[in-house]
Amino acid sequence: MTQANANNKMVIKLVVIVFGMFGFGFALVPLYDVFCDVTGINGKTENTAAVYESIEIDESREVTVEFITRTNTGMPWEFRAQTTRMKVHPGELNTVSFYVRNPASTNMMAQAIPSVSPGMAALYLNKTECFCFNQQPLNAGAEAYMPMQFYVDPQLPEDISYFTVQYTLFDVTARAGDMKTKPNPYMVPQPESGR
Amino acid sequence: MSKANEVIAPNVAAHHEDHDHHSHIPKGITRWLFTTNHKDIGTLYLWFAFIMFLIGGAMAMVIRAELFQPGLQIVEPNFFNQMTTVHGLIMVFGAVMPAFTGLANWLIPMMIGAPDMALPRMNNWSFWILPGAFLILLSSLFLEGGGPAFGWTFYAPLSTTYSGDSTALFVFSVHIMGISSIMGAINVIVTIFNMRAPGMTWMKMPLFVWTWLITAFLLIAVMPVLAGAVTMVLTDKFFGTSFFDAAGGGDPVMFQHIFWFFGHPEVYIMILPAFGIISQIVPTFSRKKLFGYASMVYATGSIALLSFVVWAHHMFTTGMPVYMEMFFMFATMLISVPTGVKVFNWVATMWRGSLTFEMPMMFAIAFIVLFTIGGLSGLMLAIVPVDFQYHDTYFVVAHFHYVLVTGAIFSIMAAVYYWLPKWTGKMYHTGLAKWHFWCSLVSVNVLFFPMHFVGLAGMPRRIPDYALQFADFNKWISLGGFAFGLSQLIFLALLIKACKKQGEPVSSQVWEGAEGLEWEIPSPAPYHTFETPPVVK
Ligand code: HEM
Ligand SMILES: [Cu+2]
Repeated sequence: MTQANANNKMVIKLVVIVFGMFGFGFALVPLYDVFCDVTGINGKTENTAAVYESIEIDESREVTVEFITRTNTGMPWEFRAQTTRMKVHPGELNTVSFYVRNPASTNMMAQAIPSVSPGMAALYLNKTECFCFNQQPLNAGAEAYMPMQFYVDPQLPEDISYFTVQYTLFDVTARAGDMKTKPNPYMVPQPESGR
Repeated sequence: MSKANEVIAPNVAAHHEDHDHHSHIPKGITRWLFTTNHKDIGTLYLWFAFIMFLIGGAMAMVIRAELFQPGLQIVEPNFFNQMTTVHGLIMVFGAVMPAFTGLANWLIPMMIGAPDMALPRMNNWSFWILPGAFLILLSSLFLEGGGPAFGWTFYAPLSTTYSGDSTALFVFSVHIMGISSIMGAINVIVTIFNMRAPGMTWMKMPLFVWTWLITAFLLIAVMPVLAGAVTMVLTDKFFGTSFFDAAGGGDPVMFQHIFWFFGHPEVYIMILPAFGIISQIVPTFSRKKLFGYASMVYATGSIALLSFVVWAHHMFTTGMPVYMEMFFMFATMLISVPTGVKVFNWVATMWRGSLTFEMPMMFAIAFIVLFTIGGLSGLMLAIVPVDFQYHDTYFVVAHFHYVLVTGAIFSIMAAVYYWLPKWTGKMYHTGLAKWHFWCSLVSVNVLFFPMHFVGLAGMPRRIPDYALQFADFNKWISLGGFAFGLSQLIFLALLIKACKKQGEPVSSQVWEGAEGLEWEIPSPAPYHTFETPPVVK
């Protein structure tokens, strides 16, 4: 009997560990995000607009920022940065414009996901405005110029003089619901006048 | 059959030497379905593992037939991918892990002087849900669209965005496999903690028991994480969550972190019991005590602990900051220290021993040499800059087959040869055993050694076709593969003979130098043993 009791006690403890580890598997998801946020090793940028306070512009320093665009597999949109490389001074506010066109015969919804390399630089890239903050709808055949406004934090570590911002455009039409209600604010007025 | 039910679990008093126990063994299929006897369940696990080994092996034959020459000739690429995927899943979860659980069931109670496992009914369940899991997995191959084709590592988004509907079956079967091995692990832990015979102190436990105890803790720590990972894949695929979908705010790289947090300890789950087996066999045939028993225990423990902090060595090429690559590189290399201690201790045990080379010893020596080769290629892979070249090539395939086939599987074969006479009471057919050993040894090296070279030359893994310059090596690899597959049929013949109880009767000690409680009970081991616990001095 006591043997059985001891066994049961131990089984209960072990089962608690099992459930704890199952929970831990899921806890890894927020932990991962927190860890990446703190250390900035994943190249993820903030998902909300930064506020630009007039900070001192470091004229003595020049940082090269490169913009790369790509579309996810199966995403038909045309997508490119109007400026692919620019030299900026930390603290100075800059704008880059991104061109998109929906060549499909249906209205679609897209989501751009940024990734900065080296990842550390992501912590110092502050975006005051970005098309990646929201999903971007585009009617069949429509095109748009989407702005991205940013400044580089003067705290950017000395050894980083060059970093790359990559946007990947995902097709999220399936999960977006009704498109008519959300016109794209950056859309080029239609019918377009040719190019 | 009804008669059989009445006589289950006869609470008879202990007579170790009493051969009349045969009369209490239930007969027929119900014996196996309802058995709670650790020896029966051990036998079931071992046969199940062997059948899975043959099925997984048949899939490997398909893979090697397709890769015999460049070009696509035998199977469709999609089917090829299903073969590599299901081959991996079956060998890991269906062959190696159940075989070790079978050995644990047979041996742990006998080694620590317990009458049975602590939780015999759960033991029955943990075995019998396993065939169901694999039926589900295998049947998914016959569905429209086929079975899982995303590799045994089921990386997102391959398993989420780009997979077929059969993914649901895959997830379900992995859940069942996980539950089965968690139950098995709980049983092992409770048995070892609560059922040791008087005097069987921790530091007197045989190393097989020690390594299994640590393995069982690894299992309950990481199998639930695997269950979490497959669950997230399931909800991402079918219920619109975005754990691993960047478009919805998730991160596919996070999948790899979660998977390998499970995956690396998992590879130690598949090798620690092997270390235990080799540590039992080498002293017997060297007629010496194991060199460095305590250091073996501590080495096993530290390998297990370290295995939790090295997972990202599978992910060096995903784009990590240099300091993290350095951390994971050095942590990985650190593991080879306790591993090296083990190899050293085995060799030191043999040093100046009076060696004899019966079949278990032959497999054990082959293990020591070939596992070390696998460990060394692992060390090469751990070096970040070279891993950028080796990653996802056949070099990795060579590495993990050396540690898993000539490591884990050779240790299982060594164990079977070592304890089979105890189980059946008869010596195995030594002629067949020799054929099995030498054919396996030669063919396994023809099979896996050239993979190092094609890997270094840049042949990627998991592809059904390859560049012409790899043709010669691949032909040899395939021939080695077919030969290794055929060699296992010799083993099958030997096992069938053994189960028919053919062969020379053996003494209770079986091997001249064997020590331990399991060698003090008669051969064949009676259905019930140690109903009154022995006293260990
Ligand atoms: C000295 C010990 C070991 C070291 C340093 C080591 C290191 C590594 C590294 C760095 C990789 C990743 C290679 C890549 O994908 O680029 C790897 C892969 C692998 N290792 Fe090991 N390893 C060791 C022992 C083992 C053992 C004992 C096992 C299993 C029994 C094992 C099983 C595997 C498997 C299955 C993979 C491939 C997983 C996959 O991508 O499918 N390794 N190893
Ligand atoms: Cu690993």
